[in-house]
Amino acid sequence: MLETEMLSRIQFALNISFHILFPTITIALCWFLVFFKVRYDQTQHPVWMRAYRFWVKVFALTFALGVVSGITMSFQFGTNWPGYMEKVGNIAGPLLGYEVLTAFFLEATFLGIMLFGMKKVSAKVHTFATIVVAIGTTLSAFWILSLNSWMHTPTGFEIRDGVVFPVDWFAVIFNPSFPYRFFHMMIASGLTASFLVAGLSAYRLLLGDEKQAPKLTLKVGLTVAVILAPLQAFVGDLHGLNTFEHQPQKVAAMEGAWETGTNAPLLLFAIPDEETRTNSYELGIPNLASWILTHKADGEIKGLNDFIDNHPPVKPVFYGFRVMVGMGLLMILVAWLARFQLYKQQKVSKGLLKVLVWMSFSGWIATLAGWYVTEIGRQPYLVSGILTVKEAVTDIAAENVVISLTMYVVVYLCLLVAYLHTIFLLAKRAVKVEEFENEELTNVTSPYREDEWENNHV
Amino acid sequence: MFDQQSLAVIFVSLMALSTLLYVILDGYDLGVGMLLPIEKKEHADTMIASIGPFWDANETWLVFAVGLLLIAFPAAYNLILKALYLPSVVMLIGLILRGVAFDFRAKAAVSHRKTWDKTFKAGSFIAALSQGYILGIYVTGFEQSWMATCFAIMSAFGVACAYMLIGACWLVMKTNGELQQTAIKYAQRCVAITFIGVVLVSGLNLWVNPEVYEKWFTWPYGLFLLPIPMVCCIAFFLCFNVLRHLKKMPEHGSGLPFFITVFIFTLSFFGLSFSFFPDIVPNQLTIWQSVAAPESLNFILWGAFIVVPTILAYTIYSYRVFWGKADELNYY
Repeated sequence: MLETEMLSRIQFALNISFHILFPTITIALCWFLVFFKVRYDQTQHPVWMRAYRFWVKVFALTFALGVVSGITMSFQFGTNWPGYMEKVGNIAGPLLGYEVLTAFFLEATFLGIMLFGMKKVSAKVHTFATIVVAIGTTLSAFWILSLNSWMHTPTGFEIRDGVVFPVDWFAVIFNPSFPYRFFHMMIASGLTASFLVAGLSAYRLLLGDEKQAPKLTLKVGLTVAVILAPLQAFVGDLHGLNTFEHQPQKVAAMEGAWETGTNAPLLLFAIPDEETRTNSYELGIPNLASWILTHKADGEIKGLNDFIDNHPPVKPVFYGFRVMVGMGLLMILVAWLARFQLYKQQKVSKGLLKVLVWMSFSGWIATLAGWYVTEIGRQPYLVSGILTVKEAVTDIAAENVVISLTMYVVVYLCLLVAYLHTIFLLAKRAVKVEEFENEELTNVTSPYREDEWENNHV
Repeated sequence: MFDQQSLAVIFVSLMALSTLLYVILDGYDLGVGMLLPIEKKEHADTMIASIGPFWDANETWLVFAVGLLLIAFPAAYNLILKALYLPSVVMLIGLILRGVAFDFRAKAAVSHRKTWDKTFKAGSFIAALSQGYILGIYVTGFEQSWMATCFAIMSAFGVACAYMLIGACWLVMKTNGELQQTAIKYAQRCVAITFIGVVLVSGLNLWVNPEVYEKWFTWPYGLFLLPIPMVCCIAFFLCFNVLRHLKKMPEHGSGLPFFITVFIFTLSFFGLSFSFFPDIVPNQLTIWQSVAAPESLNFILWGAFIVVPTILAYTIYSYRVFWGKADELNYY
């Protein structure tokens, strides 16, 4: 049987992977909602309200899953990784505390007004509530990414009696990798949400929805994706350069470079083998890795053999990186093609709509792959150079972790299936709804009667 | 800048405040969840509508309380969570299930609604029972004996019942008509059982913890502490009477039972907290022994001074927005 350490790692990875799926959508989706709502306030055109009402449902469901799966995190630090809080609690504690104080309460309270208060408060206050929720979700990402970045590139601290103490909070929060990680993640969220918006709108159009709303949201989603997809490639590259400076062993694993050397090729494919410390079936472009990382064809890249026993497992980092980049390139291609078609022919072809439906959750794959690259790339450390994973793990019995892990796996699988099913069900239902009701057109502030089967909450 | 000694007191007070707020706020929505009728869709809809705008923020107080424990008393945090590994995982699963069932029930296919309602109800029970169990284990100082386990099981039912009481009182305040009458009936039953539960748990607590007994019955602590159970008894009696009156005249003072229950919760909570102060892990660790570095605590404290009043202000605003009977609310 596996040991407590490995089981705890699997459990934490499962929890955080499941959790990240939902904030990745909601952080950016909320700004889409702000956009829809503000446009409605400006134009009073009911189509913006229809866009808002459909997407606020998707948002509410996604947000709920994000909230409940996030609560488990704050418990697991204590239950499975007591060494983490003992060693770096003085840094991690306040950062997590500020996330709860400045973000969680803000988003949770104003979410109530945003979802249930449309007729209880004025239009202005309601738009304000939507903006506050969006700010809340972004702030939450700010704090958690600050802590995460600090674990990769710790600064602003000193060690007394084996415990980390903060010296300069500004240096702690704005540590060297934080700006890159923050923008990389924000854009990832934007891309995930825009492909979801475009994908579900495409799904509705394919089902024969003739209304204006899905056409409008398809256009908005694609426009955002067209801008963000190439921007992400650029920011991702900057993040890579930052990692090259601070965590060269991670970049070596990403590139599959064993020996330190110049003129390193960019490997498109290879099968790295940690036993023999070589790659087989290499397919690469000469000099390109050196050129990307050092801007010189003969630039030197440190190899994994310089970090023996102190570098991450190579395979997951190497493959994860290729999945992320591959998905990113596909996103650029599809977004540009579809937006160009929309511009030229005023509509997207059926084939491309189908591709968009299939790519509704492509952001999830790219985001998870990217997180695996960076987090597994930090191994064997939990906090780079300060604390290894082994030192942090709990001493509770492995059986207990098996029990909890099993419960999480079962619950999360069921929820994931239910979530995907419900998201597409919401789209199917939206197809059957009337374009606009008369009262909506004559009196935009009058309440809108829901159909019987479309339940009255959220 | 505060020194470490005063920081320990400030942070334990903040933690107590947020735990109390959690118990009251999530207490009522867990209670509503446990009382959910599966067969009466209309009642279930109104009940869920009454907690809809609040449940998420209510749950955040738990995250904050646990967060404060983690920030301010890391040694205690590790000790407590390791000892409570399985019960806390069970509680989390309960909270996960109810949190999502709430949203799914409104959006899933009609044929699945009942399943989500059951999930919501079961999740509420799991969360409430495991919180009570955790409280019981905590109070006995993580003792491993059959008596401690019995005590924890009793505490589990006690807490679940207390949550049902505050949930029923919430419904008495937020609904009317048939549902309100049903809620009054539930509240009457729960108030009696909760009273017995509080008496039993308090008595047993004195019996299993001699240190607590000493604290309550020695001069001068006793002088301040002993009025607590007396006032608590009066409050229970008052609650019982108000509920009886409401049965005939449901329009007048339907909010009273809820506020009396909040008062009872507050008194019981302070009674319990004072029993153990300054221990953060009963009989094992005091707040002074486990408090974190002053650099960190001062950094978070200045933020808390500004942010916590702001949070309270917009929480009150949110309750004002949704003031009044729940069935007058328009959802979409």
